[in-house]
Amino acid sequence: MDNTTKIIIAALVVLAIFTPLGLIASGETFGEWDGSYFEEKLGYIPSGFDSLSSLWGAPMPDYGIPGLGDTTVGSAAGYIASAIVGGIIGVGALLVLGKVLVKDSSN
Amino acid sequence: MHIPDGYLGPITYIAMFIIMIPIWLYAGYRVRKDLRSRQVPLLALSAAFTFVIMMFNVPIPGGSTGHAVGGAIIGIILGPWAAIVSISVALIIQAFVFGDGGITAIGANCFNMGVVIPFIGYYAYKLISGNSDIKSVRRIAAAVIAGYLSLSIAAGFAGFEFGIQPYLYPAVNGQFPYMPYDLSVTLPAMLGEHMLFFSILEALITGLVFIYFQRNEPSLLEDKKAVSRKIENKATA
Repeated sequence: MDNTTKIIIAALVVLAIFTPLGLIASGETFGEWDGSYFEEKLGYIPSGFDSLSSLWGAPMPDYGIPGLGDTTVGSAAGYIASAIVGGIIGVGALLVLGKVLVKDSSN
Repeated sequence: MHIPDGYLGPITYIAMFIIMIPIWLYAGYRVRKDLRSRQVPLLALSAAFTFVIMMFNVPIPGGSTGHAVGGAIIGIILGPWAAIVSISVALIIQAFVFGDGGITAIGANCFNMGVVIPFIGYYAYKLISGNSDIKSVRRIAAAVIAGYLSLSIAAGFAGFEFGIQPYLYPAVNGQFPYMPYDLSVTLPAMLGEHMLFFSILEALITGLVFIYFQRNEPSLLEDKKAVSRKIENKATA
């Protein structure tokens, strides 16, 4: 492993530890509202939205660990765990994909 | 900018998958052709980088939130085609594992964030840098502007996809089935939030990472074809 790779990994670990800072933003992102927003603003939940929005149940919804609760510590732990899980799956997937795709064996 | 399930109707989300499939295939082909195996670890880490950067939600006045993507700098360092592969992988993980971005919207989200950002980022950077020295200040400015433009234009695409829903799927009995707001709302909202706030963050991240590579690994910033040639020359020498 060369120096740059080590430094990037170290930087990513630091970033992962600081991801709970993202929780400070408590507002709702434009275009990422849930059904209750539409109910309140429009008086109805769009029908297509209603049927599609529950299509998929993610195992770690909103970068949280189910069961840890909504406490600050629980959310922060969920966020850091999500950064680690997501980062590792991403790196793993691309190492495999890279191995399959890139064929030269130099270095 | 992660469009959830239910905002885009089938016409749009299917069209976005149809657009993305050949792009993904060609990106895979270009990774095979252009990347060296020693660059694979960097490609892999770039997916973790964009994944983590997208978790830093920033609050803005008005109560909304958003984030940078870090896609422009990936495009600049690894080339836009490799960036498509790494950002798409991060977005697909976010959709399936974390419910961030819809499953039906994977095509749209991969297009907006995985294609538009690294392409605008890479070409804006190339255009502004010209033939300047790798270590020049002009290239830092180029990276910063590339970061800013890339996220802003991607937000414009997302706003456009949102805003065409009321035309594609008009209200039935006064109720819209998908995104109810049209372009007059979605474009100013998406462009405004990003151009005033999140794109500035993207510009900063692009600039900072660029400066790091410029000082420590300038060889990675050299023209991709020139680098390949150099490696080949070394191999044959």
